[in-house]
Amino acid sequence: MIRLTGIERTFTVGGEQVHALRAVTLEIAQGESLSIMGPSGSGKSTLLNIIGLLDRPNAGTYELDRRDVTGLTDDELARVRREKIGFVFQFFHLVPRLTAAQNIELPMVLSGIDPAERARRVEQLLAEYGLTERSGHRPDQLSGGQCQRVAIARAMSMRPGVILADEPTGNLDRHTGQEVMGVLERLHQNGGTVVVVTHDPEIGARSHRRLRMIDGAVASDEKG
Amino acid sequence: MRPADLVRFTYASVTAHRLRTGLTALGIAVGIAAVILLTSIGEGLHRFVIAEFTQFGTNLISVTPGRTQTHGASLGAVNTVRPLSIDDALALRRAPYVQVSDPIVQGNAEVVQGGKSRRVTLYGVGPDFARSLQMRVATGEFLPQDDPRAARAFVVLGSKVARELFGGGNPLGSRIRVGGDRYRVVGVMQSKGQVLGFDLDDTVYIPVGRALELFNRESLQEIHVNYEPTAPLAEVEEGIKRILIARHGTEDFTVTPQQKMLEVFGTVLDAITFAVAAIGGISLVVGGIGILTILTIAVAERTSEIGLLRALGATHRAILLLFLGEAALLAAIGGAAGLLAGWSIALVLQVALPALPVHVPWSYAALAELMAVGVGLAAGVLPARRAARLDPLEALRSE
Repeated sequence: MIRLTGIERTFTVGGEQVHALRAVTLEIAQGESLSIMGPSGSGKSTLLNIIGLLDRPNAGTYELDRRDVTGLTDDELARVRREKIGFVFQFFHLVPRLTAAQNIELPMVLSGIDPAERARRVEQLLAEYGLTERSGHRPDQLSGGQCQRVAIARAMSMRPGVILADEPTGNLDRHTGQEVMGVLERLHQNGGTVVVVTHDPEIGARSHRRLRMIDGAVASDEKG
Repeated sequence: MRPADLVRFTYASVTAHRLRTGLTALGIAVGIAAVILLTSIGEGLHRFVIAEFTQFGTNLISVTPGRTQTHGASLGAVNTVRPLSIDDALALRRAPYVQVSDPIVQGNAEVVQGGKSRRVTLYGVGPDFARSLQMRVATGEFLPQDDPRAARAFVVLGSKVARELFGGGNPLGSRIRVGGDRYRVVGVMQSKGQVLGFDLDDTVYIPVGRALELFNRESLQEIHVNYEPTAPLAEVEEGIKRILIARHGTEDFTVTPQQKMLEVFGTVLDAITFAVAAIGGISLVVGGIGILTILTIAVAERTSEIGLLRALGATHRAILLLFLGEAALLAAIGGAAGLLAGWSIALVLQVALPALPVHVPWSYAALAELMAVGVGLAAGVLPARRAARLDPLEALRSE
């Protein structure tokens, strides 16, 4: 469960203060599917980065699973990300010299999980995302859709409570994008919390809850 | 992160750029090969010199006249150095643990036989000289046990002198002239070769008393003392000094055990080995700079990957270790290649130039490899710290 209270985030760009987030208060329940939309510069990516503990707010508090994570150190944040948050990026961010299976394994390697357990989970994830045949391929031997499925499998490998996807379809054609959204929706149906940032209204509309941001503030919050 | 995974991950990174890895490792390889080769030659030289000096045994003490010290008196003061005499040498036989005490005087003399003459190194020695220096007589015998003060006019020839004067003929019993006096040849030495440039075969040996007369000298050049190999050196030295001081009144002589000379040689040669190793070390530093460069580039290239790893939960320490591991691995590969190259070259040198002493101790090889890894780690610190300090978000955005 995610609870943001009065989150402020300002950047200094060329000597000028830019208010990326203004007093954002937001609660995301376990198992929710949320899309964040808005024009570029509206602060939707900044909001996602703060939820993902990649960025820190200038003011406000952030509670993740009833724990205040606002004041944690960098390494503590890294551990929380490892355990609780799965990331899916627009540009996939796969390690080019590792195979699909090794990329999926990476978060578990960083966490020091037992190799036997890792192998078991990797096999399961490969099967689940239809990648078994591609397990030994490197990213440059995979299609965009396959790359994003590898990235989603990687995000799921630590069984996090939350999946954060920043323009997950932004680098894919329409058809493949629909397919990737299908995968994310299945995650939600299986009880996962999925937060998707997108500027594509069609993608955004597929979520159960839709947040609209303008100028760093939440403009609308629709459900159903 | 588990150590095994760390190794696998760095190995994958290093092998992803084969050419680059090869060239960077080459820098370290050249450095390590240079260190190995130069220290091998230094160590070989060390062993060579020590072997040359110890071929006569190590339980030797040399007693020489005069004493090296700073005098407070003016130059016109009475010279109180008394010559070392044959009687001194005989007296030293009574010193504790002493087995042999040999009076020695050395110089040049002309030997004449038939129509041939030759200038050779002449040793005036006692009858035990050959035995105490482990030198062997090829034919005949060494000088007999005469009273050294009134010995018969016998001469023993070095192998080269015998060959030059008598060709293939048997010199035993022949009479030759040594510095004008007539001597009878009683023996010919086995060939001993050269020691540090001195040809030990181009020599003749005559009784020491006659040699002193020949050179018109009062004093021996040296008394060679052999002591029991197991005896305590300090006591042997003490005994020699006591006897000579009793005879001379003061300590106007110098006692130099060969072991002390070896120690001095050892320190000098160690210094030489260290100096050449340091020269090799310079190329190792250059190799280290190569690693530093390539790793700095790698960090820049892989910024977004570092961002990803941080997003996936890698701590600062994990990133630091990954890049330090890469630096160490690069250096270790280079070090191993350098070891192999240096060792091969040393082997080739041994075969091609047997005169050049080369010796590769295994401890040096292990040390060199450790040194390579050390250089790699030192070179990796800066880039690895830079990588670890990257802000995950900014790193992710860079493409």
